[in-house]
Amino acid sequence: MLAAIAQSSPAQTEALTVPPPAKIAAKRGETATVVLPVKVRPGYHVNSNTPLEEYLIPMRLTWDAKPVEEYSVVFPKPAMEKYAFSEKPLSVFTHDFSIETHLKVPASATPGLIMALGKFRYQACTDKLCLPPKTVEIRLPIEIR
Amino acid sequence: MKRFCGAVLTITAAALIAASCGPTTTQAKHEVKPLASRKKAPEFQLKDADGKVVKLSDYKGKIVLLNFWATWCGPCKIEIPWFIDFETKYRDQGFAVIGVAMDDDGWEVVRPYIRDKNVNYRTLLGDETVAQSYGGVDSLPTSFVLDREGRIASVHVGLVSKSEYQNDIEKLLEQAPRAGDAGGNRPIVARAD
Repeated sequence: MLAAIAQSSPAQTEALTVPPPAKIAAKRGETATVVLPVKVRPGYHVNSNTPLEEYLIPMRLTWDAKPVEEYSVVFPKPAMEKYAFSEKPLSVFTHDFSIETHLKVPASATPGLIMALGKFRYQACTDKLCLPPKTVEIRLPIEIR
Repeated sequence: MKRFCGAVLTITAAALIAASCGPTTTQAKHEVKPLASRKKAPEFQLKDADGKVVKLSDYKGKIVLLNFWATWCGPCKIEIPWFIDFETKYRDQGFAVIGVAMDDDGWEVVRPYIRDKNVNYRTLLGDETVAQSYGGVDSLPTSFVLDREGRIASVHVGLVSKSEYQNDIEKLLEQAPRAGDAGGNRPIVARAD
């Protein structure tokens, strides 16, 4: 409905922007670490991965099963902010932050360039209005050695 | 190319609605638009919680507060008790609130939410087509106050004060009392400002 999928590319009209990640190198069977910087438009906040209210949409980063064997995601510590529309403080990100993610390359992978596809989902608001949840596609080039 | 054209159409539609609906920001000084500059609200057909198809034109003759909202929208939550009050207070004067929920998860999340909030007005499940016809509705809450002829008298984007809605509603009620009310059994005709 209002949700949208977009490829990651900086746009000033977005509440959040995630620059396309640079190519990384990883050996077969190893786990690569990638840090994704996220810019938050001033005046906006975005729900953390652990919002405290059931009705709020959490931030998520997922990676497609192939060509990544397994992965983990580490979000930074969120801020606790009180807004006029909430009775309790909310778990949010209000400033630029980074997400760390670890991706394991299968031992059986063929050497060469692969593309890991991730989906970054978030929902942002100001203290007066909310934007619809959005899913941004992250394309991470991995040079397998 | 198709996607690009779609985007252009979307932006154009949003610009047209914004242009025709007047002030659309929470910061702008807000007033009910003069009769001559009101545009017809786009017709729609959406389903309510019982699966009944509801058309906007079913409400012709009523002053309507058309509120686009979602369960994940914190500021929307603040307005709901106001709209419940308005529905109670003005219903007998030919006024109605219509909530249009824009949740992707549909009735599964909307139904328990409106039950929990004791919403006493009709809620419909919105879709992208209706949102686009109203300019995209990129921010929630977005509300349109319609006169008895189904024309857009005011637009509010984002959380505004309860009194702003109340002023709009009361001005429209004053401009066009319901037939049979104080002014007698006369046709419903909005007076020019």
